[in-house]
Order: sequence, then structure tokens, then C-alpha cells
Amino acid sequence: MDSKKKNTISRRAFLTGAVSAAVTGGALVTTGCKGKNLLESSEAFALEFQEYFKKHYRLMNEMEREKTVSRLERLSKQKQGITVDIDTTGPLENVLYGYAFNVTRCEGYMECVAACVRENNLDRRSNMQYIRIFEMEHGQMSPDQGDGKYFHMVPREGHFYMGVQCFHCDNPPCVKACPTKATWREPDGIVVVDYDWCIGCRYCMAACPYYGRRFNWNQPEIPKEEITKKQHYLGNRKRVRGMMEKCTFCIQRSRKGKLTACVEACPTGARVFGNLLDPDSEIRFVLENKKVYRLKEDLGTDPKFWYFID
Amino acid sequence: MKNDKASKGLVSFVRDVVLWNLSGSFLYRIYMGILICLMLTGVYGYLVQFRTGLAATHMSDIVSWGFYISNFTFLVGVAAAAVMLILPSYVFNDKDLHKVVIIGEVVAVGALVMCMAFVFVDLGRPLQFWHLIPGIGQLNFPSSLLSWDILVLNGYLALNALVPAYIVYCHYLSKEPVGKYYKPFVFISIGWAVAIHMVTAFLYQGLPARPFWNNPLMGPRFLASAFAAGPAIISLVLHIVNTATDYKIANTIFNKLRIIILSAAVINLLMLFSEIFKEFYFPTHHSQSAVYLFFGLEGHDSLVPWIWTAISINVTGTLILAFNPVRERPIFLMPALVLLIAGIWIEKGIGLIVPGLVPSPMGEIVSYSPSSVEMFITAGVVGLGIFVMTILLKPALIIEKRYEENRTGFCQSVHVKNE
Repeated sequence: MDSKKKNTISRRAFLTGAVSAAVTGGALVTTGCKGKNLLESSEAFALEFQEYFKKHYRLMNEMEREKTVSRLERLSKQKQGITVDIDTTGPLENVLYGYAFNVTRCEGYMECVAACVRENNLDRRSNMQYIRIFEMEHGQMSPDQGDGKYFHMVPREGHFYMGVQCFHCDNPPCVKACPTKATWREPDGIVVVDYDWCIGCRYCMAACPYYGRRFNWNQPEIPKEEITKKQHYLGNRKRVRGMMEKCTFCIQRSRKGKLTACVEACPTGARVFGNLLDPDSEIRFVLENKKVYRLKEDLGTDPKFWYFID
Repeated sequence: MKNDKASKGLVSFVRDVVLWNLSGSFLYRIYMGILICLMLTGVYGYLVQFRTGLAATHMSDIVSWGFYISNFTFLVGVAAAAVMLILPSYVFNDKDLHKVVIIGEVVAVGALVMCMAFVFVDLGRPLQFWHLIPGIGQLNFPSSLLSWDILVLNGYLALNALVPAYIVYCHYLSKEPVGKYYKPFVFISIGWAVAIHMVTAFLYQGLPARPFWNNPLMGPRFLASAFAAGPAIISLVLHIVNTATDYKIANTIFNKLRIIILSAAVINLLMLFSEIFKEFYFPTHHSQSAVYLFFGLEGHDSLVPWIWTAISINVTGTLILAFNPVRERPIFLMPALVLLIAGIWIEKGIGLIVPGLVPSPMGEIVSYSPSSVEMFITAGVVGLGIFVMTILLKPALIIEKRYEENRTGFCQSVHVKNE
């Protein structure tokens, strides 16, 4: 077994080396020596070539993860001139994330939406948003009856507001649907996507009962100066067209012990995020002391996102 | 081994097949030219889509599957329908249908090629396609129904390509194919045909997020509509073969197919009625998709004319087939077949996929109609499918006809004995 493993590694290393050499050589021959630019573009080509053949994130060992991260960081530097810091922090011990939304407090300002777009480097061209806020009339209880496209001064008399996003189900239908295992539930409860492994079939999108997933129909565009540089491999790093993406409870923040961007941005304190396994957390207080409910409980998806009323 | 047999072998087989395909009348060349133009249109559309991404289509986060997956669903049924010829000809030894079973199998192969092409053009990242291949990729089997679908479709393609290839090759060598080599695969393919369509139905049926699809009748209804539309398409191909080539097809065959199509079409209509009853007798929140499809919601009614057209031509086609006013000349049933095919194509394509996704899980209602890029690519894929059918069918029919002529004497003696 050992020798076999060694063999594959050396073959892989050989192939990669040979390919980079061939690519560099080929590029030099075809364009002639033009110095630094050319070297950089052929290097970028070699990096992208290696990226194309990389494994599923969950099958990579530490070394392979480091390598792909350094390739991605180098590519970002070369192609966009941005120095990013891509993190691969794994799930923390004894942590299971949960989220609660105070229906009474939310007044529909959508600061959370804006913060999420900035933090997670969402596509500005198609105006992608993970969070949606629905304006509801009294008597309604489910966002599908509300208005998700309101555009006026808030709060509006006789109305209340409900936010939806990915609910990070404990029994996620999207994970079951994915034909390539490109999306899964992490041990800390976050449902993530390996962007580079996704083939863009959108079956997860059809399977999600909460409209929690987004697809890159076009090449995403973000103004260079607005890019969040603290990134996570499974979180807010660069995506390209044809990939599925979704809310990750700001994995690049939450795994560092910080609150998600939406919770931090909320001006009314309607959003609660924390560790369900920590008896002293705010989320546990809400679950134990408030009347909480979840959307579409009948589907058995067991979302980790509760609504409550003060 | 076989190549040693000096005159006829694998090499001459391949050579002859290529030559037969390249030769043909002026009309045949025009026909092939049209197919190639269609495919080029598709290539152009795909280049546009590849550059801009799937934003070139009219799909969105709400209608996330559109025209491609609609056509895919319909064509899986066409592929599965070959079983309606394979079953009687191999299991019940029906002599008439045995004569045309090869045509059914070729139609299935063409339909499967189109199915795979439609799924492929629908992928956001087609270059990452290899992530699906077990061994080098990660196939989420058995959890994902899409992985099941990939396996059963490829398996069915292999069965429907290899069995006829073996039989035709034997006939080319003027040999009788050895039953034990191919019969087991014929029986497997019968079950497999049912499987490809049930699995494709389960792909939708298994999603509780979509009440319109989450319906236990979906699988059986897929089969019923497939066994109507599929043999109808095979009948059309037979009519074309009958008029355009010297491979003649008896009227009895058309009549047998008519009865198969009719029974399936009636069962399909019954199930459709059952579904409509469930949605409209006591409409619930889950009936919104059906209301959207049949009557429109909040002014979004682009599907309404389509579905009513589908239902009326479905019923008309079925009635014409049932009363069969043109007993002596089956060719006059062609309009009825076309009506039935078009009806099922609308109802099982865009009339099934789009309402499954609208209203969205958050209650949003949008309209969808394919973009020109989607139309171009679809035309290309259809061209590809018909092209594949043609280049497989042409040599197969030449070989079959020669084989028949060579053993006519033998056949006649068998017929006399039977009588």
C-alpha cells in the first residue's frame, strides 16, 4: 500500500513538473521572450492547470490543502493584483452553530443584506444576495405570502419583516441531491460547497425547500477595492461562473470565534448567532426562554434557524 | 480472429459502414446537409453560452432548469420506449415486430445521445464533468438520484448499442447470431428500459421541496406517456424508412404499433385526469404550481396556452388513433401521431419542469420562455440525435435487407411449415 501511494505521488509530481515545463517552454517559444509578463502568464497557466486537476477538498491532506491555497493566493495576486489570505480552519471542537431571528425586532432596513454582500464577496453584476427580507402583513406567518421586493421607507405601518437565508438543515436535502458530493454538512453544522468541485448541475437548487442556494449564471464581478481579503476556502473566496454558492454562516469569521456579518450589522438586534452546545450562549437562551418556530417543519429537514417573537 | 477471415471482417465492416453512409442520393445529401447545419447552429449557440455562462439562457435562480432539462425528460421516455418493440419481438417472438426492432433500438440510441447532450449543455461547468466519473471523481451513489440517472442512462446506451451491433455484425458476416451471447442482455435491457424512466421520474419525485413533482404517480405516468410518445416516434421513423428506402414495412406492423400507442395514450390520459382532479377538487397551497400551469398566477400565464394546446391535441390524437378512420393506409395516421408526440412533448417537457419550480419556495412567481441561445443549442442537439440515428440506421438496414434476401428460401420454407 505504502509503495503504491508513494508511486502515485511521484507520478503526480512528475506529471505536474512535466506539464509546467512544457507549458512554460511552449509559451516562450510561441510568443518569444518578452520578459516578466510572459513568465507570469505562463505561470498562471500552469497554476490553473494544476487547479483543474486537484482533488475534492475533503480528500486533500494538509499538504495538498496548503498547496492549493498558495496557488489560489498566487493567482489572485497575479490576475487581479489583490493579496488575499485564504484560510482552511476546520470545525472547532464542541461547536454546533445555530441562528435565531427575532420577528418582532426586525424593521426591514436590510443592513444585514448589504453587510453579507460585502463580507462574502457576492456578485455585484447580478446583484446576488444570500439573505432576503420579506415584508409581511399581520396575519401572515410564512415568507411565501410576504413581499420580497419592497422598496420604500421602513418600517411600514401594519407590517413586520422576516429574513430568510440558508437554514443549515441538519438533514439537508441539497447534500443528498448533489451528484458529486460537492456540498456537505460540516461537523459544526455548516452546510458548505466545494466551489471547485461543483459541476453546476443545479440539482441542489431544485432540492432546497428554502431557496437557500445561489447560482453564478454569469462571471461574478466585484469592484477591486471592495473585495474582502480575509477569506476561507469554503467561504468567501473567489467564485467563477457556473458554480453554486450559499450562506456559510460567514465561515471565515465564525470559525475564528467572531459573529457573522449579518448579526454584526443588524441595527435592531434582531439576529442571534451562536453555539448550540454552549449552555451559556445567547442562542441557547433564546431557545429556552422564547416561543420559537421553524419554517416548513413538516419536511423533516431540521433547520438550525429559528424564528421567535418577543 | 475474425479479421483473418479474408473477405469479410471487422475492418471491412467498418469500411462498408462508412462508405454506405457517404454514398446516397441527392435528396439524402441535402437531408444530411440540413442536419449538419442544425448541428453547426448548436455549436454556435454553445460557444456563446460557454463564453457568457448560463446567463445566455433565460433560466434564473427561480426557474433553475428550463428548456434543456424539459427536452431531456421527454427524450428519456423516447429512449425507454424501444422496450415496446423489444419485449414482443424477443419475448413473445412476434415476427412482424422482430423485423423492425433494430429501428426501435436505433431510435433509442439517438434519443439517449440527445439526453446526454441536453444534460451536458445544462451544466454550469462542463469542463469539470470528470468529477462525476467514479474512480477519478466522486459519484454520490446511491444517495443522489442524479447519480443513479447517469448510471442507468449510460448502461442503457451500452445495451442498446452493443446488442444490435452484435446482431447486425453477425448478419453482415451472413451468420446467425448466437442466442446465448445476446439474449441475456436483451432481457436485462427490458428491465433497464423501465428503470431509466422510473429513475428519471424519481429525480423529480424525490424532492419534497417541490410539491408539484413530489407525487407518487409521476413514475408510472412517465412510463405511460413514454410508451405512447416513443412508439409514435418509432412509427414516424418507420413511415420515413418505408417511403424513403427500399426496406419495406408491412401494414400489420403499423397496426400493432397503433394499438400499443393507443393503450399507453389512454392510460396516460387517465393518469393526467387523476392528477388534475387532485389539484383542483380541493386546491391547497400545494396546488399553486398547477394553477400557474393551467390558469396562470398574478398575470404570469405564459404556459397556459401551451398546456391547453397540449391537452387538446393529446386527446384529439388519441381519439383518431382509437377510431382509426383510415384502416387501409396507416400513413394517414401520421398527423395523429404528430399531434400525440407534440402534446406529450409539451406536457412532459416545459409543462412539467417549469411549474415544478414556480412558485419558488419563497412564493415568487416568474415567467420563463427559452432564449434564442437555448433554441439554437436545442436545435443542434436534435440535429445531432437525428444524425446519429441516420448514420446507424442506414448501414443496418442495408445489412438486414441483404441478410433477409440471402435466406429468403429458408424463410419461405419456415413459413410454409408454420401454416
